[in-house]
Amino acid sequence: MNVPTMADMMAQGKQPEVLFWVGAAGSYDDRAKKITKSFVKILQQANVDFAVLGTEESSTGDAAKRAGNEFLFQMQAMTNIEILNAYEVKTIVTCDPHSFNTLKNEYPSLGGKYKVYHHTQYINKLIADGRFSIEGENLKGKRLTYHDPCYLGRANDIYETPRDLIRRLGVKSTEMKRHKSTALCCGAGGAQMFKEPEKGDMDINILRTKDALETNPEIIATGCPYCNTMMTDGVKFNLKEDQIVVKDIAELIAEANNL
Amino acid sequence: MEKIIPNIFFAFILIAGIGYFVMNVRKLIRNIKLGKDIDRTDRKPERWKNMAKIALGQYKMVRRPVSGVLHIVVYVGFILINIELLEIVIDGLFGTHRVFQPLIGNGLYGFLIGSFEILALLVLVAVIIFWFRRNIERIKRFMSAEMEGWPKNDGNIILYFEIVLMTLFLVMNATDTPFQEAGAGNVISQFIAPWFEGVSDNALHTIEKSAWWLHIVGILIFLNYLYYSKHLHILLAFPNTFFANLDAKGQFNNLESVTNEVKMMMDPDADPYAMPEEGAEDEVPEKFGASDVTDLNWVQLMNAYTCTECGRCTSSCPANLTGKKLSPRKIMMDTRDRLEEVGKNIDANEGQFNPDGKQLLDDYITREELWACTSCNACVQECPVNIDPLSIIMDMRRYLVMEESAAPQELNMMMTNIENNGAPWQYSQMDRLNWKDE
Repeated sequence: MNVPTMADMMAQGKQPEVLFWVGAAGSYDDRAKKITKSFVKILQQANVDFAVLGTEESSTGDAAKRAGNEFLFQMQAMTNIEILNAYEVKTIVTCDPHSFNTLKNEYPSLGGKYKVYHHTQYINKLIADGRFSIEGENLKGKRLTYHDPCYLGRANDIYETPRDLIRRLGVKSTEMKRHKSTALCCGAGGAQMFKEPEKGDMDINILRTKDALETNPEIIATGCPYCNTMMTDGVKFNLKEDQIVVKDIAELIAEANNL
Repeated sequence: MEKIIPNIFFAFILIAGIGYFVMNVRKLIRNIKLGKDIDRTDRKPERWKNMAKIALGQYKMVRRPVSGVLHIVVYVGFILINIELLEIVIDGLFGTHRVFQPLIGNGLYGFLIGSFEILALLVLVAVIIFWFRRNIERIKRFMSAEMEGWPKNDGNIILYFEIVLMTLFLVMNATDTPFQEAGAGNVISQFIAPWFEGVSDNALHTIEKSAWWLHIVGILIFLNYLYYSKHLHILLAFPNTFFANLDAKGQFNNLESVTNEVKMMMDPDADPYAMPEEGAEDEVPEKFGASDVTDLNWVQLMNAYTCTECGRCTSSCPANLTGKKLSPRKIMMDTRDRLEEVGKNIDANEGQFNPDGKQLLDDYITREELWACTSCNACVQECPVNIDPLSIIMDMRRYLVMEESAAPQELNMMMTNIENNGAPWQYSQMDRLNWKDE
């Protein structure tokens, strides 16, 4: 894959249109890497002039902040802001709602002011600008249900944007009983991704997957790498991995367009 | 002289009732002010709009339609029937009887009282359904562990109060012979009046007067009950929605004290051996995060007093739904209980807090509860009066991590990884772009 870095761009004296913030999950997690690649293919098909930070990218500090480590968060934030500002970054797009929320809401008061897009917002913008369209028939008629990531939905009131894209896929989409502002968390937020859950009757992702299974889907769609992991585990727990796939919206769009 | 004794007595109980209430409100304000300062006076138009929509307009109540609609009935009934209170107070002070009737004419008076009577009946029905839901149907969110004892009794006492007050209002109207004879506004009470057939005029008058007195005394008692009850929300819902957070729910505040320290650490020109500025050595270093109520800000403390313990937060909390110990409602109740304890301590020690060896953390809220939160904001979303339990959970986590270094082991590993590799997992930062070639 040809993915330019900001350093490459700078060496050529160029300033890309948008910085793609890949995030730690998107860079290292095997499942999330597929989302990253799908989104890159979309950017390339739309001829978007983009770049990544590559080895200069570091954790946004989101997980540290939610775990209560404000020191580590602000160290990360200020280091990242120094790099972003040095490259004169104006616009950022990311596939991770946690990075999205932190960059958009928590960086400005520390000196990092950017226009930040979640990838579903950015793809919608590309479509609105006439630079990209979803065409394929690959997913037509498939039964799909969409899981709202908390840090996209409740945290930032973005409910319709991902649904706008889903409607363009031609799938048969059904809402879970808990959706939009009443959606149930996948269980990974607030740094839970990195620890064992507290004692209880069951894990949160199992309950959330139950919500999804009630709609009898072939596809569970989401827009967050952590939700993806949690829902995938939930599907496996229910021994449904042969019948149900968990996919990010970016992956579905890439699939629809045969990318 | 003899004739005005009841009026003097009325004035006395009115002043005593309101006086005691004012005293408690002042205590309430003092307790809330024990919290740290936070500026919530910006964006005023948005704040007024929020208050009008959420507190006055009950906008978030109907997220649950059954309890929402019933609540609106009781709320509208409560507000409107209190207009009648104005007449009662004037009658009581000056010994008049239904002073507004001749003033505004039978037509309008009848219309008003008629509407009140209908509302009173609707309130009665709603309150009885509420009682049924709590005690017979035993709806799950009222059965949690933190609802045993006083919170459960408090809920029922409020309902009994309302049943008695509404009944007294209707009986008072039904036994008021001139009012029944005028035939204006007795829409409901005309059906109650026949129950008193055969009762002598004198006895009827006594019943009416007794109902009248019990009604006003009941209202004064109820007013003073508020301070000791979760029913305080009928007052605090208004300031609470006004001062609520207006930023995106996902946006957590950046601690300024930390920003200053981090800036200093990252400043290559900073001299680590520099002498502190004049007077700086006397300053007590700020505590990071919260371990007791006085570490929280006043909005969080007001939140605690505003909580009605309805449990909509807890019944939507993913941790609670999967059987974990966390209940956002309990976080609010614990905060209120501890704040009350601190307030009583101050009262008992001539305005000074006498250290009692207790704090909000551990003595009220356990670490297990705090670590079970996914920060998903469901509790914040659900609260009908914009209480933010998540902010308290986060401030307490900050204390655990930054003051006590007491995060769960796995989270410590995650944080070490972020510190060393710039990612929560143990991968080299140099491998960040490997995905493009895989």
